[in-house]
Amino acid sequence: MADLVSHPDEVKVVSRRFGQGAADIDRYLQLDGYKAVQKALAMQPDAIVNLVKDSGLRGRGGAGFNTGMKWSFVPKQSAKPKYILCNGDESEPGTCKDRLIFEHDPHAVIEGVVIAGIATGAHAGYIYVRGEYRYLLEIMQKAIRDAYAKGFLGKNIFGSGYDFEVYWHGGAGAYEVGEESALMESLEGKRGIPRIRPPFPAVVGLWGGPTVINNAETLASVPHILLGGAEWYAKLGPPKNGGTRLFCLSGHLNRPGVYELPMGYNLKKMIYDVGGGIPNGRTLKAVVPGGSSCPILTASEIDVSMDFDSMMKAGSMLGSGGLVVVDDSTCMVKFALRIMKFYQHESCGWCIPCREGTDWLKKTLVRFHSGGGVKKDIDNIQYLSENMLGRTFCPLGDAAAMPTISIVKKFRKEFEDHLEGRPCPFEKAGAAELIMA
Amino acid sequence: MNFSDQFETRFAEMLTHYPTKRSALVPTLLYAQDEVGCLTDEVISELASRMDLTELEVRNVISYYSMLTTKPRGKYNVQVCTNIACLLRGGEELLDHCKGRLGIGNKGTTSDGIFSLEEVECIGACSWAPAVQVNYAFHENLTTEKMDRVLDEYRKKATQ
Repeated sequence: MADLVSHPDEVKVVSRRFGQGAADIDRYLQLDGYKAVQKALAMQPDAIVNLVKDSGLRGRGGAGFNTGMKWSFVPKQSAKPKYILCNGDESEPGTCKDRLIFEHDPHAVIEGVVIAGIATGAHAGYIYVRGEYRYLLEIMQKAIRDAYAKGFLGKNIFGSGYDFEVYWHGGAGAYEVGEESALMESLEGKRGIPRIRPPFPAVVGLWGGPTVINNAETLASVPHILLGGAEWYAKLGPPKNGGTRLFCLSGHLNRPGVYELPMGYNLKKMIYDVGGGIPNGRTLKAVVPGGSSCPILTASEIDVSMDFDSMMKAGSMLGSGGLVVVDDSTCMVKFALRIMKFYQHESCGWCIPCREGTDWLKKTLVRFHSGGGVKKDIDNIQYLSENMLGRTFCPLGDAAAMPTISIVKKFRKEFEDHLEGRPCPFEKAGAAELIMA
Repeated sequence: MNFSDQFETRFAEMLTHYPTKRSALVPTLLYAQDEVGCLTDEVISELASRMDLTELEVRNVISYYSMLTTKPRGKYNVQVCTNIACLLRGGEELLDHCKGRLGIGNKGTTSDGIFSLEEVECIGACSWAPAVQVNYAFHENLTTEKMDRVLDEYRKKATQ
C-alpha cells in the first residue's frame, strides 16, 4: 500500500509506530499501547481536559480549534447519552494522512476515542471511516474486535468499573460528510446535509445527545499527550500551536509523501528540503498550503511558518495539512476550474448560495478556460465567490470561494491571457512550442 | 431476497451499534451493493422493510452518496482520480488513456461487462499520485504503462 517516507527533520509522535506492525494489538502493547488510557482512568475527567487544553492540541481536520476546549463544552450532566465521534471521512483534496494512521496505528485512534470518552463522561464512541477506505475499515474492525477480546473495550474496561463501547461505521462517498454536522446526519442513516448551529454538537449531537467530534489525527495524538505530558507536547510547536502534524506533500515535488514535522515548520523548507524541490528543472509557481479549500500562496509568499496562526496572518489557512505544490507549467485557470468542479460536485445542494454559486462558477470557468471568456467574467468570478463567503450553512461554500478568490487575485494575468478566443497558453502543444522557442 | 451469511452476520452486528435501526443504512447499502452489483429495486425494497423505512427514504439516501448506484457497473470499476494532486501528475492523461484502452467513456461499461470507468474525486492518495482505485484496491504512482499492466491483470482475473 501507500509507501512511507522519512526525513531527518521529522519529529515522530503520531507516526512513531508507522511501519512497525502496530495494527497487531500485541505489537501495539509492546510499543506503549493502551498505557495512556489506563493513566486516564486514574485521573479526574477535568484533569484530562485541562491537560489536553494545555498541550495546545488543535483540531487536525482543518478548523484548528483547541481540542481540550472543545471537550470542555460537553455538559457534565446530560439526560441523553454522550458520544465521541471520530471523523475519518478524510476527503479534502491534498489530504492523505488519516489513511496512514488507520493502516499503521488503528489502536491509537481507538485509545484516543476512549480517552476522550473518559474526559467527557461518554460511554460510547464511533469511528467513521470513509467508504473508499474499505481496507482500512477492515483493519479498524479487527482492531476493535481485538481490543474487546482483551477487555480494553466494553464493560468494566481494564477492571476500572468504567464502561466504554467503540463501534466502527463506514461511509459511501461524500466530501460533505467530513463536515461535523453532516457527519452526524450520515451516521444516523441520512443524506449528509449540515445541521443549523447552534445548538452545537457538544450540546445536541448524535441522536440528540452531547457529542464530541474530532479528526482521526487529533484523537491519535491524545494518547501521546497523556504519556508525554502537556508541556512536552506544547513545546514541540510554537505558542498556542502544540505538537507536530502529518503534512501530506503532493504535486510537483521530487519527494512527495506524508511527513510528520513540528508545527511551525517553514513552508519553503518543507517544499525544497523535505519534499526535495521541484522536478524537471521547473520552478515553483504556487502552493496550496492545507488542502484545496485554502487560499493559494504564490512562490514569493512561502517564507512562512506552518502553524494555524502564522498561516492565518499570511492570508491563508493551515487547514488539513495537505500541501499541493504547483510548478510553472501549470495553467492556473485550469487549476481553479478543477477545484471548482470538485466543490460543485460535492455541494449537497441544501443551501442556495453554495448550490447555485459553485454551479455558475464552474460553468463560467469552463467557458473561460476554453477561450469563451470576456473581460467582465474575471470580476464576475470574484464577485460570485465573494457572495458565497459566510453565506452558507456549512463551510463548503467558503471552501469553494477562498481558493478561487485567491487565484483570480494573484494570477489575474493568466485569466486575461485566456480572453477573446485565445487558446490556453499552457495546453501541452503550446507549452512544448514555448520551450523549443 | 437472500444475502450471504457474512452479510447477515454483519448486518445483525451493525444493528447493535446504534440506538436507531436507520443508522445502519449507509454501510448496509454499500455492503449489499458489493454483493449484488448494484442497488436493485429488490434490494431497496428489502432493506427498506428491514429498517422500517419507505423505499423513497432509501432512494433519497442512495442518490446522495457517490459510491452508491442503482445501475450495474462492470465487474471491475476503474476509478481514476483527476483532482488537483493527481491532475498535476497526469491524472487526466491517465483517464484519457483508460478511455482509449477500454473503448468506453466516463461512466461507461465494456460490452463484455468486465470493466467500467469512472472519473472520481480525491481518493486520498495525493502523495502517491496519480492514483486509481479498481473496486476497493488502490493503484498508485501510475504511468500509462503501469496502468496497462493493471488492466491486463484484472482482465486475466476476470477470464480465469
